[in-house]
Amino acid sequence: MSAAEQALVTADAVPLSLRGPAPKRVVAGYGFWLFLLSDIVIFAALFAAYAVLSGENAGGPTAAELFDKKHVLVETACLLASSVTCGFGSLAVQSGDRTSTYFWMAVTFILGATFLSLEVGEFSHMLSIGAGPSRSAFLSAFFTLVGTHGLHVTLGLCWLIVMLLQVATLGFPPMVRRRFFSFGLFWHALDIVWIGVFTIVYLGAHL
Amino acid sequence: MSTEIEAQGVAPGVDVRTQGTRGSYLIGLGYAVILTLASFWASSTDVIYAPGVPILLAVLAIAQMGIHLVFFLHISSAPDQTNNILALAFGIFVVGLLVFGSMIIMAHLNHNMMPMDRLMQMQR
Repeated sequence: MSAAEQALVTADAVPLSLRGPAPKRVVAGYGFWLFLLSDIVIFAALFAAYAVLSGENAGGPTAAELFDKKHVLVETACLLASSVTCGFGSLAVQSGDRTSTYFWMAVTFILGATFLSLEVGEFSHMLSIGAGPSRSAFLSAFFTLVGTHGLHVTLGLCWLIVMLLQVATLGFPPMVRRRFFSFGLFWHALDIVWIGVFTIVYLGAHL
Repeated sequence: MSTEIEAQGVAPGVDVRTQGTRGSYLIGLGYAVILTLASFWASSTDVIYAPGVPILLAVLAIAQMGIHLVFFLHISSAPDQTNNILALAFGIFVVGLLVFGSMIIMAHLNHNMMPMDRLMQMQR
């Protein structure tokens, strides 16, 4: 390490105003973090709507009649496991290991797709028994909240395919690493939103 | 790399100390599984005093969100993470205002509203 670099490392050697712009990796990550927080604010609005409307079932089916806990437990397990395999995948990206990146990200994709198919199955069952979003205010709020989360998971899966194609064609340049890193943040944030969904919507229904 | 971090802080999700280990993810998974099973158990048990269950569920959910933030998103109280923590604090503030503000306002309106049958009579 040269003397100039050594001077940079000691915290107060260079005043903040003279340090220049932060590296792109930091700026991109922070920007994506702000996007995720604003996304969570959207979910907060939908949660508030659900909390207010969850009792307004207009004589239709109630939450306790519609929701099955075992089904939700399987969905939660899929999403939680996919969060961890996504973490292993980002470690593989950091070390530039192509094979294990493909392996862990494929497992993440399969778990995410399983979650999504379980959710689509639940929705189509509800629609078939006449408990669609137009039945009552409670069901409108439910489909909006859980559907928005499902839409995010769908977009995340599309993004994951694009990222794997980029690894296949470009390898691991800093650009691809940054994008993979943002994808990891996105996927973990979706899991945090799901904690709120299963606690408030599914477990709250049986209280 | 260490120069960049000292001078500019780090992006969220970057954990310089545990980078390259699977341990933190597995520890996080362990905590998350325990908390998830605990909240599913709490919602269907008779052991706990029933009016206290919603509070227990809220505590378990918030604890699990914290676990995810620390072990999966690698948010910590390290001095180089100040920006991330500040943004997170503002996010939590807005979320709290939105959710609890809506619930309080709507409960208040509900409380002050004329019963539905009386309202129907007046419209005739």
